Amino acid sequence: MTGRSDRRLNPDELLRRVQAEERRERRGRLKIFLGYAPRVGKSLRMFDEGRRRKERGQDVVVAAAQTEVAVSVRQIVSRLEVIPTIDGSIDLPAVFRRHPEVCLIDQLAFNNPPGSRNPERWQDVEEILRQGIAVITAINVQYIREQQAAVERFTGKRATSGIPEKFLHEADEIEVVDAPPDVTMGDPRVLAELRELALLLAADVVDHQLQEYLDSHGVSVSWGAQERILVCLTPRSNARAMLESGQRNARRFHGALLVAYVEQPGLDPADQARLDEYLALARELGAQVHCLQGIDFADTLLQFAHQQRITQIFLGHPQRQRSPVEKLIEAAEDFDVRLFPHPEAK
Amino acid sequence: MKRPGQLKVYLGYAAGVGKTYRMLDEAQALRAQGVDVAIGYFEPHGRKETIAKTDGLELVPRRVMAYAGTRFEEMDTEAVLRRKPAVAVVDEFAHSNVPGSKNAKRWQDVHELLDAGIGVLTTMNVQHLESLNDQVWQVTGVRVRETIPDWVVDEADECVLVDLTPRALRNRIERGVVYAPEKASRALDNFFAEANLTALRELAIRHTAHEVEEKLMAPRKGERILICLTGHPASANLIRRGKRMADYLRADCLAVHVGPPQVVDETVERHMSFARNLRIQTHVVEGEDVPRTIAEFARAHLVTQIFMGRSSTRPWWKRFGETIVQQVVRQARDIQITIVAQRRR
Repeated sequence: MTGRSDRRLNPDELLRRVQAEERRERRGRLKIFLGYAPRVGKSLRMFDEGRRRKERGQDVVVAAAQTEVAVSVRQIVSRLEVIPTIDGSIDLPAVFRRHPEVCLIDQLAFNNPPGSRNPERWQDVEEILRQGIAVITAINVQYIREQQAAVERFTGKRATSGIPEKFLHEADEIEVVDAPPDVTMGDPRVLAELRELALLLAADVVDHQLQEYLDSHGVSVSWGAQERILVCLTPRSNARAMLESGQRNARRFHGALLVAYVEQPGLDPADQARLDEYLALARELGAQVHCLQGIDFADTLLQFAHQQRITQIFLGHPQRQRSPVEKLIEAAEDFDVRLFPHPEAK
Repeated sequence: MKRPGQLKVYLGYAAGVGKTYRMLDEAQALRAQGVDVAIGYFEPHGRKETIAKTDGLELVPRRVMAYAGTRFEEMDTEAVLRRKPAVAVVDEFAHSNVPGSKNAKRWQDVHELLDAGIGVLTTMNVQHLESLNDQVWQVTGVRVRETIPDWVVDEADECVLVDLTPRALRNRIERGVVYAPEKASRALDNFFAEANLTALRELAIRHTAHEVEEKLMAPRKGERILICLTGHPASANLIRRGKRMADYLRADCLAVHVGPPQVVDETVERHMSFARNLRIQTHVVEGEDVPRTIAEFARAHLVTQIFMGRSSTRPWWKRFGETIVQQVVRQARDIQITIVAQRRR
């Protein structure tokens, strides 16, 4: 992402948001249980929630269950109303006719047999939600398409079906099903990698939810649960060290890495070339690069940092007294300022 | 240090997410497998489903103590040690014992059990982690008093996330599952506001991911972080932030206080002991020229990053002379320096 960013919404965005909210009101609520491996207990948690809702008086129906399940799951399912699947796919017309309040659907990433109404089960779920029926479902991280390359690195295998990550982000609620791997589940190292992947994915989804909630309630805050690092580059800074350190920090904290420079008029060609090289490096490292315009270096950065909920800002050591860096240090109340030695100081 | 007993922590983000329930579920599963399980301490909070989960589990009676004219009940650590089950259930890891107890904190009692080879299942919320204290205060407005040093949790063999969506938690509170009705509506408006819960939940998920990753990674050496301690009240924030950074970057962490000779400052002493509690190596150095002494100490100890608090809230253009921060920055141009934000609300 490049260019300036501004959190304020323009009328078009506001309209889209209002329309999205209206759509959401008519739609059934979607809740997804996210696990990191088979047998971590997702299905049990999902059906148990169905059982409890039924006990509280909600109209709950099972629209898809696995055929081979643990005894504990089978016991719960046997006490719930089931709409049988046809060749493994959900019987959508039957679900619509029955029109329950809540539908329980296991194996969200299931591929429907050829000739079905929708090729994939998550598309069936979309249709059910559009009918105003709530859905509770479950999935493992290896079935999230955008995560499958990472999963393959750890496991050497890639699942043949998957759902778009967007579907997860659009869910009203996701709940993590976490448990330490036990010996029967496979290689503990691989499982630990998958577990971390699932947790970080969940944290990102939750972070988006938090941001949406704050935006929609008009709350502007400078804090967050995530570390957000802003590296400020100038032609004379030790850019490589700053960017590498920024990347390492962002990675260790699983935070965001942003890079900014404040445009200066009349930069000499050598400086401009150096700056361009640094910015190219920043993009290569996967940072969001922002070009800022402003009369005052410190004020411009401060404003941007607040807008972006920055928690750490990286700068070069001030090279003279009363430099804008010193002003920034004094004015920075909500974030840490980390100063890096200039190349010649080493 | 690896202790003989295995420690498993059920980590949540608020009261009512189901930590104790999950822990007891595990205890029941172990008992069904023939493992000798006993409850060392359990906090029922009047929740029916949770209490039912203790059925058939042996309960070691609590120790009753009187303090300031009130009766307190604590885990009877000696009795649990004598009973010596294979696994003990000890609720509320972050609990502070009533004054007069042998240990100030329950986690210290748990260490005694682990050292005796007893496995322990315990529960805590993410906001009890010492290093997150300021961040949690900033997010929720609540200053958590009962804290646990991060290393105690890092040492656990397993850390399990107990997740529940904020919506489900708020429903539980509304139904009176978590608190009595008169307390419930107040709770929903304050600490249990949706934004608070969502932020705390994110912290809990991220922390569990961190614990999983910790166990995957080989130790890494090289970076050394130095925290400059003073008697300033913001030093506690500085210590937590510096230590958290060091932990995440797998760096060594040390702290130094520079002061005039033969002056003992009680506040500084308190900050030093707080730092030692978090396993930070502390040093006191005598010196009149504070910035120079800090820079020299940093170079002598191969420090790669200096952590300091902000000197003053006055703008620089209204000051005569340089602040300590400015002077250290000038003296240590060859070292990375982090000036830590003073968190506020």
